[in-house]
Amino acid sequence: MSWLDKIVPTVVRSDAKKNPSKVPEGLWKKCSKCAAVLYRPELEKNLDVCPKCDHHMRIGARRRLDIFLDYDGREELAADVLPVDRLKFKDIKKYKDRLTTAQKSTGEKDALVAMKGTLKGMPVVASAFEFAFHGGSMGYAVGERFTRAAQVALEERIPYVCFSATGGARMQEALISLMQMAKTSAVIERMKQEGIPFISFMTDPVYGGVSASLALLGDINAAEPGARAGFAGPNIIEQTIRQKLPPGFQRSEFLLEHGAIDLIVHRTEIRDRIASILAKFTNKPQPTLEIS
Amino acid sequence: MNLNYLDFEQPIAELEGKIEELQMIGSDNDLNISEEIDRLREKSAKKTEDIYSGLTPWQIVQVARHPQRPYTADYIPRIFDDWDELHGDRHFGDDKAIIGGVARLNGKPVMVIGEEKGRSVKDKVARNFGMPKPEGYRKALRLMEMAERFKMPVLTLIDTPGAYPGIDSEERGISESIAQNLAVMSRLRTPIICTVIGEGSSGGALAIGVGDHLNMLQYATYFVISPEGCANIIWKTVEKAPLAAEAMGVTSSILEELGIIDETIPEPPGGAHRDIDAMAETLKQKLSEQVDRLQAEDLDTLLARRYERLMSYGNDRPL
Repeated sequence: MSWLDKIVPTVVRSDAKKNPSKVPEGLWKKCSKCAAVLYRPELEKNLDVCPKCDHHMRIGARRRLDIFLDYDGREELAADVLPVDRLKFKDIKKYKDRLTTAQKSTGEKDALVAMKGTLKGMPVVASAFEFAFHGGSMGYAVGERFTRAAQVALEERIPYVCFSATGGARMQEALISLMQMAKTSAVIERMKQEGIPFISFMTDPVYGGVSASLALLGDINAAEPGARAGFAGPNIIEQTIRQKLPPGFQRSEFLLEHGAIDLIVHRTEIRDRIASILAKFTNKPQPTLEIS
Repeated sequence: MNLNYLDFEQPIAELEGKIEELQMIGSDNDLNISEEIDRLREKSAKKTEDIYSGLTPWQIVQVARHPQRPYTADYIPRIFDDWDELHGDRHFGDDKAIIGGVARLNGKPVMVIGEEKGRSVKDKVARNFGMPKPEGYRKALRLMEMAERFKMPVLTLIDTPGAYPGIDSEERGISESIAQNLAVMSRLRTPIICTVIGEGSSGGALAIGVGDHLNMLQYATYFVISPEGCANIIWKTVEKAPLAAEAMGVTSSILEELGIIDETIPEPPGGAHRDIDAMAETLKQKLSEQVDRLQAEDLDTLLARRYERLMSYGNDRPL
């Protein structure tokens, strides 16, 4: 027993031992990577990137769009598109009940939020996956919302930026979710033919059916530092090839190295960097930097 | 247990075994046993019909994966003439999990692209058990774009346990290769007819599965994740794969109802592997009719309909 144990009251001590890593809720948050205890308001100001180790923590879809789009003039798109349980899918739970649970816990109707707004004054359409909703999986509602958002971009001839964070296709919607891959890819191809810029921004994690469709079809593919993205999950690959994966496998740095993405962008520089690229694509004056 | 038959087919195997025995006796014996053989044949046919009319989704998955099930390489010589196989993606290599080439269907030039699992052990290894890597999908894409230039319809045959989940696959961009095919197939200016001949597993199947007319053989299966994979995620054991197959709706009847496939092509009694020639003949007839019909259409109309259909997936009444 150390001298510290001797002077700390028993109650506090036992509690501390039971939950050695527990950080009080509210004002403080622990970095999931370096375990640094961070002051929440400070962390939020840094857009949920750990100031100690630069780990980009997961953020929700609305916060993602909130920090990307200009404050004024936002309009949500395709919010009326709701999930459909066409197969009446049931395993140990009903899919319908799983949806209700996810809707209650996230406050979202499904795993994609789309908006029209501006980025440094340039009109854009943007969407973001809500990973907390059923692992950000793509079923009918996600595919349909993505597609309707893209159609708005097509009609108004403005760029489309999508932030993905997903485990892949939603198996409870079976082939209907597989077909969302074909649907989203088709609308992106149409944007390509019409000269409407599409930027795919991958945030941790992006796997499976979303990776094998909309996420890799950007005119620009970008990712946050350290984000994991790939077709098959690391466990599946390890089981298949029966060997350990090399460190850094499927991280955004790996994707950049292998030519799958154009650039890795720090969360605090996303607005600057995407605005800079889109301004060139749409032949607009170079926007002013917010972070120098 | 007869390994040429699946476990639920063993009653048929028994009858067929008896027929074979009697035939052996018959050939060196002048006893008149042909009547008995006929009786057994009838019984076997009846049994086959009974068993196959009530197959569960999981049993259909097993038929779709039957080791004797005809593969792309079995269909090509039976359906097409003047086959010229073409190789390579022009970037990295030639993936033998996908076979591609030009041929004639009733005299008409066509582009044929199919996934191939391989028959012998050596062949299976060479073909990576039908699990394509990026170079396979890029070969398919190259051939499809060539078909567009030379105005040939594209006929794809889908049969894969999935795109290959390996390090090299990821390094060379398996996701991008699949996604690119989906994008290009949505607007390729030539008719595309896709047929699931066996196992249509997820993105690896869809990567050659976007088109104007989607067929499924009667006992083929098509899923977003294998029943084993689904069972593993939900029940944490592959033992529950039959339940997963049930829940996901992996058979042609359900997928036709959902509007995802257009047509179920009937198989011979007991499945395609019981009579490969007959199966190939049926498929040839269907493909010929479909090619004729789609080629007669105005290309702009065809493409508009393909796009509208893609956009409608998941709607109440898909096109």
